[in-house]
Amino acid sequence: MALVNVTINGVPVQAENGALLIEVARQNGIEIPAFCYYEGMSLQAACRMCLVEVEKAPKLMAGCTLPVAEGMVVRTESEPVVKARKTTLEFLLSNHPLDCPVCDKGGECELQDMTFKYGVGESRFTEVKQHVPEKQWSPVVFYDAPRCILCYRCVRVCNEGMGVGALGISYRGVNAEIIPSHGDHLECDECGSCIDICPVGSLTSGIYRYKTRPWEMEHVGTVCTHCSNGCKTTLGVRNNEIIRGNNRDKSGINGEFLCVKGRYAFDFTQHPERLQTPLVRNEAGELEPASWSRALKLVAEKFKALAGPDFGVIGSTRTTNEENYLLQKFARTALGTHSIDHHRTGDVVTLIDALSGKTGQLAALEDLYTSKAVLVVASDLAQQHPLLAGKIRANFRHHKAAVYTVTPGPVREDKIARRSIRIAEADSLAGVEQLREALAKEAELVIVFGDAVQGDKVRQLVGFGESLGIPVKYIALVDYANSRGALDMGLLPGLAPGYHAAAPGRSLQQMLDDSSLAALWVVGANPLKGGRKLAASGAFVVVQDLFLTETAQCADVVLPAASAYEKNGTVTNVCGQVQRLKKGVETVGAKTDLAIIGLLARGMGVNLGKVDADAVFAEIAATVPGYNQLPMPVILTGGAAQTHPVNGGVPASLVPGLIASARDTLFTTGSLTRYSKILNEVLEKPGALYR
Amino acid sequence: MTFSPELEAKFADLITHYPEGRQRAALIPMLMFGQEEVGSITNEFMAEVARRLGLTPMQVDEVVGYYSMLHKKPMGKYHVQVCTNVACMLRGGAELYDQACHKLGLGHKEVSADGLVSLEEVECMGACSWAPAVQVNFDFHHEVTADQLDTILEGLKK
Repeated sequence: MALVNVTINGVPVQAENGALLIEVARQNGIEIPAFCYYEGMSLQAACRMCLVEVEKAPKLMAGCTLPVAEGMVVRTESEPVVKARKTTLEFLLSNHPLDCPVCDKGGECELQDMTFKYGVGESRFTEVKQHVPEKQWSPVVFYDAPRCILCYRCVRVCNEGMGVGALGISYRGVNAEIIPSHGDHLECDECGSCIDICPVGSLTSGIYRYKTRPWEMEHVGTVCTHCSNGCKTTLGVRNNEIIRGNNRDKSGINGEFLCVKGRYAFDFTQHPERLQTPLVRNEAGELEPASWSRALKLVAEKFKALAGPDFGVIGSTRTTNEENYLLQKFARTALGTHSIDHHRTGDVVTLIDALSGKTGQLAALEDLYTSKAVLVVASDLAQQHPLLAGKIRANFRHHKAAVYTVTPGPVREDKIARRSIRIAEADSLAGVEQLREALAKEAELVIVFGDAVQGDKVRQLVGFGESLGIPVKYIALVDYANSRGALDMGLLPGLAPGYHAAAPGRSLQQMLDDSSLAALWVVGANPLKGGRKLAASGAFVVVQDLFLTETAQCADVVLPAASAYEKNGTVTNVCGQVQRLKKGVETVGAKTDLAIIGLLARGMGVNLGKVDADAVFAEIAATVPGYNQLPMPVILTGGAAQTHPVNGGVPASLVPGLIASARDTLFTTGSLTRYSKILNEVLEKPGALYR
Repeated sequence: MTFSPELEAKFADLITHYPEGRQRAALIPMLMFGQEEVGSITNEFMAEVARRLGLTPMQVDEVVGYYSMLHKKPMGKYHVQVCTNVACMLRGGAELYDQACHKLGLGHKEVSADGLVSLEEVECMGACSWAPAVQVNFDFHHEVTADQLDTILEGLKK
């Protein structure tokens, strides 16, 4: 890579030949202000804010589109530059309403910051400002045209970042404004990227607008609890209430990417039906509120009496690794049962077994952005795994990656795909085979596959990958925030944490079907959803959940649990990357599942060691293969570290039971969907899944 | 969406005017000529043009909104366009526009109830040397006086 010598503000720096000046300056700690320029998006050169003085150039140059060259001498804060910026700001403000005191963006507005920095105290414009009423485009997106500075960021993030293209700019001059895809309203992903990327307060969020000032919130970086992609979301919390979610600091594996769920669907935590007190079934057969001490005492006594092989335990795909680990440990030791399972949504177990003896073949999220080629099998990725799809789009945009899709119906990735095969999910492997010749010519490949590829098909797919003669990595798609963690932590019949053989036990379905089951303990799951019945009518059922789900309604005791936004711990995403949850708000009445397990253990006189998230994680790190080499500084500072599961064979045959994805889309998220007002309000629900 | 053979031929020819990969450059002339036949720029028409040029309907919509001579609603059979830009304004264009408004009882981009006549205040039509200029459909009228405008407008009502 040829380097050139450039002088910026008298400081000699070296930069890659042809790199954009604005980026070179930024890398050397010099900010060239810009509204329209946005890292990772196409160039627009619309705002004129980044003008700089370049020696020997006849006039000021736009730093956002200027490639650096040998010997270039640049001044970014000289008098002519500052004057030009003042003029640009004066012009941008000529029709800006200056309603900062009531604007959501006030306090974190780029236009406000720049005006403050360059001190444009007066304007030569005396004309009456043109006012246009604010428009609501969807439950979550509002547009205020007068505030808009026409930087095109929203248009580009929607076109390029999301691959949706729901926004455009129409009309001319002072009348120019952003237009939505469907005349007067939006039909899109409702992701809200346009709102976050807006440098002013023109696009505002339906759930956040007029609620608070940015500086009144605490900002808590945690992980979204909806799908398995593991996006970092920064919760804006005020007075113990989550007011917004975004990730403007670009921390975490997702950068600033979030979908509708990550940005808005935290509202389930404040749903009026949220359980706030334990419920115990009374003699009349009805659930009635009870104190924690009474409920816990009852459950502990019953558990002690019923412990044994006929005790069933169903864990969750949203609870933390610590909770899952402790749950299975408690079940396998204190409760003496091996019937432990959870709702499995992808065949990670067989994949890990098929890859035994090989290293580096489990893809991390970043591989989707860097790999030369990506193959998507049997998944509507943009709907089911929005971040993964976003990474692939960015890879295509920035690196011209070769994308291939094998799906039964149209998917968004088709638009960027080199080849798309339409084939029934059951025949996915035949579809993949049709791509053999093309794939073998690629330098490397990441294969992403849905639940249609399970069992032997996973082995065949890995065999296919081997036969291509190129480096291939895999991602077995799973549905929920800690689906992968539930597998890793051994919430499986026959497999202990780290995919080690354990004594065989009943699968989830077998527990439901077995009339001899003495007790069932359901932690954060809803196995009786959709009218399913528990065969053991006399079993003692305990459910820990946020809401009175179908399963909770059948319980003898219901214990209100905290959501992921209300606790500390770690979760593992679909790629096996471990990240830390940080408690954003306190619960009222509910307790974390970890605390509940600990209290039940104490009630039964069982010593589980110190029951706190850090202590349990330390035990996981010490004992669970794959979790024993995680770089703690990365995790503790909010980063993601990939686990490296066992590198030997996994006794996958020990694990009976079903694997089925819930086929959630962008606008559904298992049982949580119905408690999120925002997910139920958007027009697009349920979203495409092969239409 | 189907068009007349003449328009199809025109579209086919237009697309050849631009280098390979730059076919989107044919967008504006296609919209202009298509508008004549379709009557206005309908959503269906925009979608069809988008499809043919490999654009999204949104990209076409952006262009249609930008150019005042592209109409989303049908204009009259006779579309009267009066220029009020600098050269025409100095030579009485603004007064002509007011006169037309009065005489026709129409405002900017309004259409008469019978659909016969519509009026538009337009930007420069390149006839500054013969200002003030008035255009009816594609017919130009140069150095128009108040009397001449009356005659032109009365002619439309026959």
